[in-house]
Amino acid sequence: MEGLLPKLVFVYLGIALVATSLLVVTNKNAVHAVLWMLVMFLHQAVLFIMLDAEFLAAVQIIVYAGAVLVLFLFVVYMINLRTELRINNFTVVWPGALLVSVALLLLSVQAIKTFKPAPPVGDMTTEKIIKVGHAKLLGKALFTEHVLSFEAVGVLLLVAVLGAVVLTRRIRLKGEGV
Amino acid sequence: MIDFQAIFDTTNHFLLKYLGLSVFKSLVLVGITLLHVAYTTYAERKIIGHMQQRLGPNRVGPRGLLQPIADVLKLIHKEDIIPSCVDSPGVFKLAPFISLVAGATSLSVIPIWEHFVITNVNIGLLVVLAMSSLSSFGVILAGWASNSRYSFLGGLRASAQVISYEIAMALALVGVMMLAGSMNLVDIVKAQISSPYKVYLIPQIIGFFVFMVAAIAETNRTPFDLPEAESELVAGYFVEYSGIRFALFYLAEYFGMIVMCMLAVVCFLGGWYGPFEVPGVPFFWFLVKLYFLIFFYIWVRATLPRYRYDQLMGLGWKVLIPLSLLNIAITGLIKILV
Repeated sequence: MEGLLPKLVFVYLGIALVATSLLVVTNKNAVHAVLWMLVMFLHQAVLFIMLDAEFLAAVQIIVYAGAVLVLFLFVVYMINLRTELRINNFTVVWPGALLVSVALLLLSVQAIKTFKPAPPVGDMTTEKIIKVGHAKLLGKALFTEHVLSFEAVGVLLLVAVLGAVVLTRRIRLKGEGV
Repeated sequence: MIDFQAIFDTTNHFLLKYLGLSVFKSLVLVGITLLHVAYTTYAERKIIGHMQQRLGPNRVGPRGLLQPIADVLKLIHKEDIIPSCVDSPGVFKLAPFISLVAGATSLSVIPIWEHFVITNVNIGLLVVLAMSSLSSFGVILAGWASNSRYSFLGGLRASAQVISYEIAMALALVGVMMLAGSMNLVDIVKAQISSPYKVYLIPQIIGFFVFMVAAIAETNRTPFDLPEAESELVAGYFVEYSGIRFALFYLAEYFGMIVMCMLAVVCFLGGWYGPFEVPGVPFFWFLVKLYFLIFFYIWVRATLPRYRYDQLMGLGWKVLIPLSLLNIAITGLIKILV
């Protein structure tokens, strides 16, 4: 990231990401909160594109913006949260939360001070990513090097799907018919 | 015979030199697509009219050819009414634009011919999928913001429908990606021509079927137009919209339809290649295939009755998704054996 323009874009993205995330958590209207989250995800996708990770950017939009947020909206619709909710249970502990946040901030500043980027894993150098394409390299690594973790995640998701089916299925007693 | 390529290259070179952008390309593409949208509505009314033993529009201009222009003028002149109890006017106003922009952005990665693609990105196919999934936000938010029961039901139906059919559509395109070994749309067309089948319609016949059905559902057209079922929901999510905002939704629907047809042409029917080259008009075959698919869309609308909601969901989850998974398995076998 050399040159002035990428830096400016990065600063803008950083500010926009923080601002929209704050708007997401402070918004009283559930649908507006989801909308701000959509704006946040789009900025995140642009950030991925700036880091030459175009595949991640596309997946970010397809999976998070396109599917997960639509499901969020669906749920918000279903419980019909039109009126503003005021729950004080979570806001009375704000001094403690502030303390934790400041401590985390200090910790991350300390961590960033001695930060140096990790060396490329295996043959995934920056030049090769630009030459071969992000999607191809990622796919190859996923299905050769990390195939076990890939399968494990697949099984985990399958368990989640089955769990959802079991939870939502009505339990039918014997003799009630199918 | 006009040499389109030479004219195009000189103008584009001039604009690139002085503006640094391919504004010209984008403007040409959006302009032409808007004209196509206008005349697709005319073609739709005419074709369905003839299929139903009617004449269709025939008053404005010769054979009613100026009807779309008259419609546009009428919609622009109409009063733009925003109901007094809409839920947040901002979202109400924004919704049609989300639909339209998402539909139109996909055009930028679709190659009309080898040298006419606005941005040739490596993940073109994913960009189109991402944009088509974003366009559903317009429908859902319009349904919510209108604060009307009909709109609300339409928005709910749209969100469930789009999510279910998006999966089938993406999985149907996975077969194409596997055969071509790329997600770049120009490379996909070239890979098709250099393959022994010439078009992916032959090895990907299941994928093509699933894609077309899912595309019809994704663009909310009959027989899957439950979000806007006029006999139950008046007009579904855009009941409360009038004038130019209504026109924007209409535009977005037809944009979506044209983009889906273009994607089908590029991914399954060999893009701009044809049995012989037409001199001077390199995108001739692309247009022929595109018009055929648009005709197919209209034909389906005139032929099939609307699905019931549970049938729609059943078709999506129990038929199309397993079929597209089977297609991926078959494609993998073809890849290994051939």
